[in-house]
Amino acid sequence: MFDLYARRRLTNAIGLTVAILAMAFGLFWLCWILWTLLDHGLPALTLKVFAQMTPPPGSSGGLLNAIYGSLLMTVGGTLVGTPIGIMAGTYLAEYGHRGWLAPVTRFINDILLSAPSIVIGLFIYEVYVVQVKHFSGWAGTMALAIIVIPIVIRTTENMLRLIPSTLREAAAALGAPQWQIISFVTLRAARAGIITGVMLGIARISGETAPLLFTSLNNQFWNSNMNQPMANLPVVIFQFAMSPYADWQDLAWGGALLITASVLTLNILARVLFRQRASTH
Amino acid sequence: MDSLFHNLTRLAASGVLVLLAAILFSLIKGSMPAIHAFGFGFLISPDWDPVTDRFGALIPIVGTLVTSFIALLIAIPVSFGIALFLTELSPRLLRRPLGVAIELLAGIPSIIYGMWGLFVFAPLFADHIEPWLNDHIGPLPYIGPFFSGPPMGIGILTASIILAIMVIPFISAVMRDVFDVVPVMLKESAYGLGSTTWEVMMSIVLPYTKVGVVGGIMLGLGRALGETMAVTFVIGNAHELSKSLLNPGNSISSALANEFTEAVGDLYTASLVELGLILFFITFVVLSLARYMLYKLGQREGKVS
Repeated sequence: MFDLYARRRLTNAIGLTVAILAMAFGLFWLCWILWTLLDHGLPALTLKVFAQMTPPPGSSGGLLNAIYGSLLMTVGGTLVGTPIGIMAGTYLAEYGHRGWLAPVTRFINDILLSAPSIVIGLFIYEVYVVQVKHFSGWAGTMALAIIVIPIVIRTTENMLRLIPSTLREAAAALGAPQWQIISFVTLRAARAGIITGVMLGIARISGETAPLLFTSLNNQFWNSNMNQPMANLPVVIFQFAMSPYADWQDLAWGGALLITASVLTLNILARVLFRQRASTH
Repeated sequence: MDSLFHNLTRLAASGVLVLLAAILFSLIKGSMPAIHAFGFGFLISPDWDPVTDRFGALIPIVGTLVTSFIALLIAIPVSFGIALFLTELSPRLLRRPLGVAIELLAGIPSIIYGMWGLFVFAPLFADHIEPWLNDHIGPLPYIGPFFSGPPMGIGILTASIILAIMVIPFISAVMRDVFDVVPVMLKESAYGLGSTTWEVMMSIVLPYTKVGVVGGIMLGLGRALGETMAVTFVIGNAHELSKSLLNPGNSISSALANEFTEAVGDLYTASLVELGLILFFITFVVLSLARYMLYKLGQREGKVS
């Protein structure tokens, strides 16, 4: 008898210890990576990074054109992707009760949500870059928009489903047509959640490298023409980190810290915002 | 106005389907030259020679599958531990911050993992872990050959470990969510009968959420298969098929990232596009299975309550 109890307690103790170790294992990598970033990135983050263009190897410079290009394409991708995503999400939540379109779309969307982003880059390359015969900022924007859309669709639908249907019924009882119910009542009520989704989308695309490799490529100079190849932080980091030059690698660390800091801030901000709004309702 | 709004949103929704069809169509169209030139032999040929224009997908496919498989071997037990800790063990106060910390691990862009892997992890791995593997596991029969090779730091095993770190947050998030749907009453009756926490996990929670757990794992697999930048940095990008996990190899996505912009000639480009098509197809199947399983769990939950 004693044996059985002792064995069960032992198994339990071992299992739970392993669980705690697993948790520590996960946190360990997070701390290590963040520490490395701060360690290498902070010394590289001087004012020059924000004031000068990407340099040729051997001379000093900054990341200004890359930061600008990244901002431009991220904003562009978000502006294109968000309305489409919100509309499609609205359809799924408000009209998708019958028929085949909604379930199929939901399924496909969930797959696109985690589809490899490099394939998206390849797709834009095939349909756009090959046709116009040059890499461009527009192509990068399109690739990023395609990545944003599924994220926004998913959160919009989930948030709209949380709105109690009494709200819709109340509006309908006042004689509002359905489009007014949706755009002035339910979408407005779900605003905080949808904004969270958009922020998560921005966080996701601002770190994406793979889809930009074949679309916007890179540019060593200042460029605000979206029809030209455009510098962007992730691809510059990739190129500089893989290079043998110490100056370039330092700049890559600076850029890496910059990207990670903004992505993580967006992530945390989105969560805090959503929790505050959710608790006041 | 009403029907206009309805149709507008329906148009946006069907846009998603059009998008999928367009991706498939354009990839197939782009890889046509390679499909014509190599046929099904493309899938099993280990050739990769831009000079003589002979291409095959075997090495990248094997590289992708092997790295993802090893990554899952590491990530599944760890994710299970994390989910167990977060649902059953953690003090209520710590539950949320710790959960967010793990989710932040998923938020770090993959290029950061790549840089960290190349500059920090790989040198450490080469100096301390790989020589040990060579000395202690290398001489063993059967598994020995997998772990003997030059300690370079970059290679299949390094890529797998970094992939594992990257998919842990995805798998543990799904596991935590599905563990949370287990009715409290079920768990408490087991505790009431005197079960230990471990026994409740193993014989109540896991069987109840089996389908969802497998779905989460498949979701992680989908992520691992398509992961590009982190792998590109550390896998070594060598078109060689080798038994040792310490040797450099290649994966579909890193071959694309490294070679696509430099590919000259229609056949070279088309072969790379076909690689992309294969990758998309594999992840599509894996992710479909994952969603189907999670959907089935959701359905059962609906019936029980």
